[in-house]
Amino acid sequence: MMPTGAAIEARDLTKTYGKEVRALDGLGFTVEAGTVFGLLGPNGAGKSTTVKILTTLSRPDSGQASVAGVDVLASPDRVRWAIGLVAQRSGVDLEGTGRENLTLQGQVYGLRGTELRTRVGELLERFGLAEAADRVARGYSGGMQRRLDIAMGLIHRPRVLFLDEPTTGLDPEVRADMWAEIAHLSGNEGLTILLTTHYLEEADRLAGRLAIVDRGRVVAEGSPNELKGELRGDAIQVELGDPQADGQASAALDRVPGVWEVTVEGRSLRARTENGSAAVPAVLQALEAGGIRVASVTIARPSLDDVYLRHTGRSLTRTEEHL
Amino acid sequence: MSTTLTHSWFMTMRHLRNLARQPWWIAITLVQPVIWLLLFGAVFKATADIPGFAADSYVDFLTPGIVVMTAAFAGGWAGMGVIEDLNRGVIDRFLVSPVRRPALITGRLVQLGIVSLIQSLIVIGLGLLIGARFPGGVVGLAVLVGCSALLGGSLGALSNGMALLARKEETVIAASNFVLLPLTFLSSAFMQRDLVPGWIQSVARYNPVEWTVQAGREALTVSPDWGLVLSRASLLAVLCAACTWLATRAFRSYQRSI
Ligand SMILES: Nc1ncnc2c1ncn2[C@@H]1O[C@H](COP(=O)(O)OP(=O)(O)OP(=O)(O)O)[C@@H](O)[C@H]1O
Ligand SMILES: [Mg+2]
Repeated sequence: MMPTGAAIEARDLTKTYGKEVRALDGLGFTVEAGTVFGLLGPNGAGKSTTVKILTTLSRPDSGQASVAGVDVLASPDRVRWAIGLVAQRSGVDLEGTGRENLTLQGQVYGLRGTELRTRVGELLERFGLAEAADRVARGYSGGMQRRLDIAMGLIHRPRVLFLDEPTTGLDPEVRADMWAEIAHLSGNEGLTILLTTHYLEEADRLAGRLAIVDRGRVVAEGSPNELKGELRGDAIQVELGDPQADGQASAALDRVPGVWEVTVEGRSLRARTENGSAAVPAVLQALEAGGIRVASVTIARPSLDDVYLRHTGRSLTRTEEHL
Repeated sequence: MSTTLTHSWFMTMRHLRNLARQPWWIAITLVQPVIWLLLFGAVFKATADIPGFAADSYVDFLTPGIVVMTAAFAGGWAGMGVIEDLNRGVIDRFLVSPVRRPALITGRLVQLGIVSLIQSLIVIGLGLLIGARFPGGVVGLAVLVGCSALLGGSLGALSNGMALLARKEETVIAASNFVLLPLTFLSSAFMQRDLVPGWIQSVARYNPVEWTVQAGREALTVSPDWGLVLSRASLLAVLCAACTWLATRAFRSYQRSI
């Protein structure tokens, strides 16, 4: 692939596991140097597969990719010097201490002696692990292990950092700390971050641009605001009294003017409208006329969830709940 | 090449350090060969009375056999450590770093060799204590321990490769169980070569455990046939190199499967 100015470039990536599972189906995107790019998608969307390919762990069936200007398929060895990876399933050696984990990681990248010791000490300090540095990582909390993971990914000052679901499974407060840490990293000159997540809020907070991934393809791409801006008006969300299966509820709303994109999943009905507060009475009336009970109504400015819903026909938060 | 050696050493240090943190593992590893020596020695004591049995006492004969068996078993089970590292994502982390692939195998094998050395010394020491005599002296013992390390390394590399291909604990356990005992008993580890059935003698010629036992025992005699020792030791060295190469190749298969 021709090197470009982009820090990451993926084009037409496909990958099939066995005969059945098509993990990537023509996925592609471009990440400018020095930015945070989010891959947002539900479980099984192909986020980790993409990260594995871009970090040289795995190879695509077809397609092209370059990272830090180096072709991933042609020169994986050169790519490895330029990247740091925080994998979804950690990579910490639980029998080693934080300091030992970091030291070995540094040695692998050719750091030695005082330089190595200084760098390790610096990272332990920066990620709040100085006190626990000489304890075995098995005893670390989830948040501490994750911070150690990130520190290891940074030891050789990579140009591109991959964070695969860095906050999944962490407590909300720990997650907020982690967000601050990641936001801080991205402020550092030059570092490009590719972040995958299935938390909308995380993508919204951290990513300058993001791609919504569904079934191995990018279904939408842009900054969070651009993506939300594509959606005109407000979102109306109605919690129905009973689950709907036969399309009766959406049929009822077809006749209401100024309401569009009506979708029903179980007891949840969503629709879009120019002006939420003006449309609610008409919506309620139409549902009542159709004999459908209503439990609650909310009006919201468009969120990334709405963007996701619009592009995939499914709600991301719902998808998660059903797991 | 020198980078590969340095990386191997870093990996060896990690494995040794992690072992040192598991007191139970250490205790079992050190006590097990002792139990084998005492147990087999007691059970098969009468063997020395069989007409045609050359050694003066069965411990003289058995001690080298236990040294070899211990190394073979340590090697055969080595893949379990790979499974653990795979499950924890440690191997994936190394694979996306510039670490040399062979070092990920050789680091483990060097650690295995060091552990085997300690186990061998314990078995030999205990053997001497309960009356075994080795006319071949220190040189003979060094040959025995060295060849055992090569055998352990070969089986260890195969076990590591198997772990990378199968990625399942159960498979490694099944394969080790399937291979180790037959290999040990299809050799002269416990019984003099010309006293076992002819078909076992034929099969044993292709058995690396037998090569090790032969080299070790020969080197421990009063006047060893060094030609025989050297030929068996060379076979073991070639085998160990080949198995290490195979295990390193297994990373490719692993990476293709993820
Ligand atoms: N090693 C593998 N062998 C077989 N199938 C796999 C393998 N790795 C991933 N898959 C399948 O490929 C698809 C994409 O998986 P991937 O891990 O990329 O999803 P993801 O977006 O990271 O999901 P999650 O949010 O759960 O981490 C899934 O259907 C998954 O089951
Ligand atoms: Mg994933």
